[in-house]
Amino acid sequence: MRIKIFIALSCIFLFMESGRSQTDLDAIMMNKNQFCNGLQYAHSSWKNYWEGELKRENLNLGTVTTQSVMYMANYGITDNLNIMVGAPYIWTKPSAGNMSGMNGIQDISAFVKWRAYQKKIGKGKLSLYAIGGISTPLSDYVIDFLPFSIGLGTTNLTARGMVDYLVGKINLTGSAAYIRRGNAELDRNSYFDTELRLTNEINMPDAAQYQLRAGYRGKYLIAEGLLTNWTTLGGFDITRNNMPFPSNKMNNTTVGAYVKYTIKQHTNLSILGSANFTVSGRNMGQANTYSAGAFYAFYFGKNHKK
Amino acid sequence: MIRVKYFYILLLVFVIGAGISCSKDIVNRTDDAPALSPANTDANAGTWKPILLTSPTEFAVAAPGAVTTPDYVAQINEIKSWQARMTEEDKAIVKYWSAGAILRWGEIMRELVAKHNLAPVANEDGTYPVPSATNPLAYPLFPFANPPYAARAYAYVSAAQYDALVAAYHYKNVYKRAAPYVVDPSVNVLIPKSDLPSYPSEDATVVGAAVEMLKLLFPGDQDFIQRKAEEHKRARIMSGANVRSDIEAGEALGRSVASKFVTRARGDRAGAAVGTPAIWAQLEQDAIAKGEIPWISQETPKRPPMLPLFGKVKTFLFDSLTAISLRPPPPPSTGSEQMKKETEEVYQFMKNLTRDQIAITHFWADGVSTYTPPGHWNAIATDDFITKNFSEVRWARNMALLNMSLMDAAIVCWEAKYYYFNPRPVQLDPRIKTTAGLPNFPSYISGHSTFSGAAANILGHIIPEKAADYDAMAKEASMSRMYGTIHYRSDCEVGLVVGKNVGSYAVQRARTDGAE
Repeated sequence: MRIKIFIALSCIFLFMESGRSQTDLDAIMMNKNQFCNGLQYAHSSWKNYWEGELKRENLNLGTVTTQSVMYMANYGITDNLNIMVGAPYIWTKPSAGNMSGMNGIQDISAFVKWRAYQKKIGKGKLSLYAIGGISTPLSDYVIDFLPFSIGLGTTNLTARGMVDYLVGKINLTGSAAYIRRGNAELDRNSYFDTELRLTNEINMPDAAQYQLRAGYRGKYLIAEGLLTNWTTLGGFDITRNNMPFPSNKMNNTTVGAYVKYTIKQHTNLSILGSANFTVSGRNMGQANTYSAGAFYAFYFGKNHKK
Repeated sequence: MIRVKYFYILLLVFVIGAGISCSKDIVNRTDDAPALSPANTDANAGTWKPILLTSPTEFAVAAPGAVTTPDYVAQINEIKSWQARMTEEDKAIVKYWSAGAILRWGEIMRELVAKHNLAPVANEDGTYPVPSATNPLAYPLFPFANPPYAARAYAYVSAAQYDALVAAYHYKNVYKRAAPYVVDPSVNVLIPKSDLPSYPSEDATVVGAAVEMLKLLFPGDQDFIQRKAEEHKRARIMSGANVRSDIEAGEALGRSVASKFVTRARGDRAGAAVGTPAIWAQLEQDAIAKGEIPWISQETPKRPPMLPLFGKVKTFLFDSLTAISLRPPPPPSTGSEQMKKETEEVYQFMKNLTRDQIAITHFWADGVSTYTPPGHWNAIATDDFITKNFSEVRWARNMALLNMSLMDAAIVCWEAKYYYFNPRPVQLDPRIKTTAGLPNFPSYISGHSTFSGAAANILGHIIPEKAADYDAMAKEASMSRMYGTIHYRSDCEVGLVVGKNVGSYAVQRARTDGAE
């Protein structure tokens, strides 16, 4: 099994990356007729957050914890064309204060990943990927109760380009994505962002995501370091002592590590783990995120390659 | 294989392209409000009963120059030269303001309230700073437009605008200067024509009253307020509705009338409503002395209670003795079985909360960074008044009735809150968490319920065919506080009744103010 999971539940106030955070960020393909699926648990928490650019804590929230269990599946249509889907169930809660946590099933996401080009260059192999995806809420969850809302309620379209260079078992992968976000709707018919809006609809800024990852890519073991940035292209800052709002300018940069191991004696089964730490941010929490998962692969078709 | 590839490229391009091409623009629901075209101009409104003015002539308005003078002709030419070079932006400005002066200044007020409805962050030492009117731009910004502050602000601006318009309509009748487009038919008119005399301008009267009041209420937002005022006056000239002297006379009158309200506001005891540490401690001691569990701030660090002396602010619709007489009977004792039962009921709401109930909670929450519950009722009234073709002065009168009800409701409600100093459900049962946002003041009686009871009563009088709807909305707003675990049933049910009683004074005034 060659699926690999990047955990991007690094998000903090929100799960803007979850649901679309598995294999759309890496340069590994499933072979034709391979099907792999599994579950991943993630635990993310923060005590400090950025109110605009001001880093602070909030004694009325304490530490905000988000947990999730995500189902993910990936299928190789061809060796160079994979599709993948996923959906998480999410729980949030504070450690202090009197605000209620929330929980529910969040967004379903589906991605198409296409390895468009491969060429030997020097000692290594260069590959180019194009990835497109869509995500949309699976339930009518509450978006207007940040930081405890489980998501932002937008339908997103993602277009990602990726370059991968592999020398022996050492890889370097870079990607950039543009996320087109649809508008979101509140339960109330008026709100203030930078002015008074007399509507329940929020014009949600689009976003970009960048990632660099490098490490060892062996047959059974994959271990990489990750540098990831999420930048909201627009939006506004949380004003002093205000609550966060879905269309805030939420940015963050995380560093992390990811390890996946395929069981030698039973190659259908693989386990993985990751850790990500927020090093800078804006209108988001400074989250530390840990995850663990297990995946099982099936082989359809007669002449599957291994 | 190659074909499959291209198929997916095309699919990808199509999907992404489809997404990008959709417009994400959002529309405010009053953006396309029609130009004000009253069924009845209420030309006799100069005889309506003012609120503070002793008579409509308390502030003099000089007779306008004759329409045959060169000065007037020059003013007509000012209109014509604007109209000769109208940009799209100018047209949009005319359209925006033509929907009504009271409507738009109400929205501006609500925007200012929402902007300022933020509690200050704690100091390092665990105390909290208090915003200062003399230094409004320093943190914490002045004002903290919480619900009582907002209710009072809406009331003063609305009442001042109403009194100023009563005076303006009086002088319109005295001087009977025709509109520019009547005097000179070659003037284009970009708004519905009216046979109402144009001097002094009713729009500029509203502007003058608003600007003068807002200097007191939102002293740090003068740039925004003055920009709106200039734009509004220009819209009236560009549209051919008024010449400059109509505008100047109206604005001056509005300012003069508002100055009387400013004087009242400075002496209405709201400035002392924050209280002192000694007063805060005394409230707690008094509740303990009565054998009750006192309210305790649930914030960390503990925040002083919000405006504990707001209950002593001077009311608009009745005197201070009447205000005290409107105080409800006590809530169930904090140690009683009844209180235990009501707390358990709140807990059960939390345990079994449905998505619809959260939607109701959030629809009515009107918490941090919103225009507050009084603002919400202003918005509800606005949506309905737009459909009624009210004249400018009737808009003002109805908004003044609504907002005086809401301010007096705030006063009576706050008086009860601090008289009883009753703890919130969250305090009595730590299992209770909220999906709203817990206000930092005592529980009994519910502010949302009091505001809503008052608003539904007076709005039901103004638009009788919607009275049942308003009652249903008030009940829903009230219940939303139980869904959100903010209030017990007693707080909500009694709050609605007290609010309704306050609103009755506005209804009584409405029946006798000469407008019906």
